[in-house]
Amino acid sequence: MGGLCNHALELTGPTGNLDSRVHRLDPRAKILGLITVTLVAVSAPLERWPAYVACAAVLVAYAIAAGVGPRALWRRLRVVLLLVLGVGVLVPFVRSGGARFEFGMLSVHQAGLEIFAAVAAKAIIGTTSAALLGATTTFPAVLRGLEALRVPRLLVLIAAFMYRYLFVIVEELARMRSALVSRGYRPRTALQAGAMGRVAGAMFLRTYGRGERVYLAMLARGYNGTMPQRVPLRLVGTDVAFVAGVALIVLTARLTTA
Amino acid sequence: MSCAINARGLRFGYPGGGQALRGIDLHVGHGERVALLGPNGAGKTTFMLHLNALLQGEGELEVAGLEVTKKNVAALRARVGLVFQDPDDQLFMPTVEEDVAFGPMNLGLDGEAVTARVAGALAAVRMGHVASRAPYQLSMGERRRVAIATVLAMEPALLVLDEPSANLDPRARRELLEILEGVERTMLVTTHDLPLAAELCERAVILAGGAVVADGPCHELLADAELLGAHDLELPAGFRLDGLDLRPRPSAQPL
Repeated sequence: MGGLCNHALELTGPTGNLDSRVHRLDPRAKILGLITVTLVAVSAPLERWPAYVACAAVLVAYAIAAGVGPRALWRRLRVVLLLVLGVGVLVPFVRSGGARFEFGMLSVHQAGLEIFAAVAAKAIIGTTSAALLGATTTFPAVLRGLEALRVPRLLVLIAAFMYRYLFVIVEELARMRSALVSRGYRPRTALQAGAMGRVAGAMFLRTYGRGERVYLAMLARGYNGTMPQRVPLRLVGTDVAFVAGVALIVLTARLTTA
Repeated sequence: MSCAINARGLRFGYPGGGQALRGIDLHVGHGERVALLGPNGAGKTTFMLHLNALLQGEGELEVAGLEVTKKNVAALRARVGLVFQDPDDQLFMPTVEEDVAFGPMNLGLDGEAVTARVAGALAAVRMGHVASRAPYQLSMGERRRVAIATVLAMEPALLVLDEPSANLDPRARRELLEILEGVERTMLVTTHDLPLAAELCERAVILAGGAVVADGPCHELLADAELLGAHDLELPAGFRLDGLDLRPRPSAQPL
């Protein structure tokens, strides 16, 4: 139970050199800088490939400055990236156009390969940006940053509650699973999987009940429908320089013709 | 004279369910520490939820000098601190610090005052060192203490605790008891932990079937095995009330 959560925690909290200059940047600066990198990569067509190189270079520099090693980064990336690339790899087989390459029964076209290359580059850069943000910023700090960047408060609130209760729910699920297994539940056929459906139903009711109790606890402390405003964050010169530097590098690479 | 709690014939029924409170009469003066005892389903939690108008029943109810009505809701929530049984319900913000700050910010305090309240409340429960941690990184005992801090930060006149010692190991329970003993506020504690009631509270009230069936000095009530037995309560086997070290009782004075 605890182990499950600890494992999940390893993948969410900050890592690397926790006292690095990157870790100490204002969360807004990190969010803006990394979003710029992602947007530039996503918007760049394959002919503008130097933009991909610039984005990748910025991310590598960021990771090195933060002391986030390739292994730590890969542990976080593989969760999303393998899935995205797994889907992307099908594209060359269905898209036709340009030169044709035969591999036994399968054939791919150049147009398909180009799309795959672009999708892969964008996916890797986008996912790495997100993973690096998570590796250098605590989740509460990201939320504060988003709030300060005027992301709708309701969305930030939903994300905050999700983060707070994810572990509680995972623990409850683990307990229910243990209870099933302790009573000899070992599904062998699809028909016996019905118990899992009832677990899901019970989970829904439990989380619903918890939602009600949390709401009561909020009301009891004077909640009146709007979350109170926190102490504002303060941007310093380094934060501005970071965003400006990142934007300058990637936008220059994106906008100049190769 | 104003009092901490004054209930006269308080009745409440859940929609579609039975009558949970069947005419509660209870008077608690400022500075008193009262244990609210009773079997499961006696109406203890329902009564607690009335104290800051989370539920509103029929009959008279005055809490912390205010009549419990719709128009007093905001003031009541500032004066009555409710600590829920499950700290995971009470602690809903991403970090301990933000959670403790939630109440004072709802009171409309400014940044510096909030920071001071947070530091003071966390120090009162000896949890200052976990301010930046997330609630799920804390042990049950630590969570319970932080949950109490979230309410202390609002500086309520009346502190209401629902089963404060539930799910705690003996050491965490002992630490909690020491902390509560140091809190100088009117306190209403619902609990099945009769030794905790004996140590913390000078007065006890037994609730059964939605009504007060006994009200008196805690030690007298707990010494009455017949009374306890009649309401599905009992002291742990071999427990001796006369062996307890009693804390100095606060004098009942208006705050």
